[in-house]
Amino acid sequence: MVSQILFIVITLAAIALFSYNLKKVIRNIRLGRAANRSDQPQKRMMTMLKVAFGQTKMFFRPIPAFLHLIVYAGFVIINIEVLEIMIDGIFGTHRIFGGLGTLYNILIGSFEFLALGVWLACAIFLIRRNVLKLKRFSGVEMKSWPRSDANYILITEILLMTAFLTMNAADAKLQAMGLGHYTAAGAFPVSQFLQNLLPDTAAGLIAIERGCWWFHIIGIFAFLNYLPYSKHFHIIFAFPNTYFSNLEPKGEFTNMESVTNEVKAMLDPSFTPPEAAPGRFGAKDVNDLTWVNLMNAYTCTECGRCTSVCPANITGKLLSPRKIMMDTRDRMEEVGKNGLEDGKSLIDTYITREEIWACTSCNACTQACPINIDPLSIITELRRYAVMEESQSPASINTMLGNIENNGAPWKYSPSDRFNWAKES
Amino acid sequence: MSAQLNFEVPTMAEMIAKGKEPEILFWVGCAGSYDERAQKTTRDICKILHHVGLKYAVLGTEESCTGDPAKRAGNEFLFQMQAMTNIEVLNAYNIKKIVTGCPHCFNTIKNEYPGLGGNYEVIHHTQLIQQLINEGKLKAEGGESFKGKKITYHDPCYLGRGNDVYEAPRKALEALDAQLVEMKRCRSNGLCCGAGGAQMFKEPEKGNKDINIERIEEALETQPQVIAASCPFCMTMLRDGVKMKEQEQNVQVLDIAEITARANGL
Ligand code: SF4
Ligand code: SF4
Repeated sequence: MVSQILFIVITLAAIALFSYNLKKVIRNIRLGRAANRSDQPQKRMMTMLKVAFGQTKMFFRPIPAFLHLIVYAGFVIINIEVLEIMIDGIFGTHRIFGGLGTLYNILIGSFEFLALGVWLACAIFLIRRNVLKLKRFSGVEMKSWPRSDANYILITEILLMTAFLTMNAADAKLQAMGLGHYTAAGAFPVSQFLQNLLPDTAAGLIAIERGCWWFHIIGIFAFLNYLPYSKHFHIIFAFPNTYFSNLEPKGEFTNMESVTNEVKAMLDPSFTPPEAAPGRFGAKDVNDLTWVNLMNAYTCTECGRCTSVCPANITGKLLSPRKIMMDTRDRMEEVGKNGLEDGKSLIDTYITREEIWACTSCNACTQACPINIDPLSIITELRRYAVMEESQSPASINTMLGNIENNGAPWKYSPSDRFNWAKES
Repeated sequence: MSAQLNFEVPTMAEMIAKGKEPEILFWVGCAGSYDERAQKTTRDICKILHHVGLKYAVLGTEESCTGDPAKRAGNEFLFQMQAMTNIEVLNAYNIKKIVTGCPHCFNTIKNEYPGLGGNYEVIHHTQLIQQLINEGKLKAEGGESFKGKKITYHDPCYLGRGNDVYEAPRKALEALDAQLVEMKRCRSNGLCCGAGGAQMFKEPEKGNKDINIERIEEALETQPQVIAASCPFCMTMLRDGVKMKEQEQNVQVLDIAEITARANGL
């Protein structure tokens, strides 16, 4: 009875804490400007199913994709196990689904294989990060926290899987002893090999079984509440993020409506622009970005696939699209806590001018991102701010803009010479 | 400069004066109009249009920059000024279909002009060439033979990733019976030439190397005789790269339109 009450209290506390943190995240995303992403619901649904659920974009790199798929499947499927744990925890039952008989055996058996798969995949991931030191996982932005984040999670997963298998092994032994509470249920194709490592006394086994059971469920709650602080938030946000992702051709940049009205008024004096709320052109800070940009930042897994294909980054320039996403997230968290008036801004405090001017707008980053994040639109907004609000662009860019304005071409040629190519030889 | 055109290039103004309407408007673009190297491609596109007997016209001096570099540089005002002025001209001439010689013009007119009142069917010149090959109007014979030549094709970001046009330029090359060798990074994984996003008009930020050098090294790894381009900006970047590597003697950089015109003896 005591343990049931304890379990309920812990569960409620974990859920409450998670909702509290999730609310903060949603509040931060709401700092962003409006963006309409409610069109074409069917296409959006398909995109989500393909990209987030089916992980199609991961498969450009087949080996990590395969390992990731195991961990992902493990995560999704083992949730059925968690459901059982919850019911057992609340009602003090043992393997409540055991009544399903053969089906249950198949379920538990396959969970065990999955658990082993997850265990191995995480071990390989750890080696890749820490021993092989893939270039993708380093970079200026991958210091301290972002660097350890993945390791913490991988180690936690390994511990959780170990606990799960050990628990099953102890349970199977107890079941074999015919102890009342431990009714025989489940098949244990993997954990049977751990049985010899465990003690033979009922008391010892019960201690281990209970210990692992508690460790497993508390571990899951801890994981849940770690998410909002981690790149692993993507296990939740990948779904809305792909649903609301950009469906237009990648080459298309948004037309700024506020500008359209002003330009129309300039070209046609009889045009009276509709009353518009005065806003800033482009983005100086996170509140000038759209909520999609901000959701992108929470979804970013810091995998660095974008940065590893960025031509600017490849050739040693300061720009890293992953850093753009991480900076946006960090700044958003800061603004969420302290507000906007702290003398800082996304541009300059976090992202330098050198970074934004190095982008060729090639869309390699958006193409490479496995969850349809769009770092380029943030870069574009920052440039818009620099150019339209501050008139601060590299001198040669100013020259080019001046030429377009005066001659209708980015170079200093006379418009009357525009057709010369057809006449001269 | 390449041979003079032995025919007149019709302008919209002349066409309308004669009471005629073209099937398609050829949007030349700033590079295609002013850049000496790109002018050759422009003339070759005209030769192809003339050869197949398509009724086309250009705007001539009535054309102006689409605004692409201004938009990518962040100057939305200037972009929209350009766009709306151009749209006025295009709509006044009742233009329905446009072919461009530049992926940047292509992308801007196709994707960004509709939001400002300019709705046209827009194709890139490689798509037109592919279509003409399919229709049997271009045969890749009667001119220079590219048979068996090693050609590698560089995907322009604004045609490939930007708008998912990967096959048309390749189809045009396959028609030549040439040996098409792909670079390591091609199609949606292609590497930028370094010119887009208004980079063409400024010095690159400091780094270890220029982007076009990285790209040309990759292209040269395929040991091509021809590097095929389909964008005037890529053309400049690739040619500069070839020059830096002192490979002008061994490798030609040619636009798909030029290759097609040559193969057809135009
Ligand atoms: S669009 Fe910009 S940030 Fe993205 S890969 Fe290309 S150069 Fe890098
Ligand atoms: S933006 Fe996408 S590709 Fe880049 S690090 Fe984040 S998740 Fe990975």
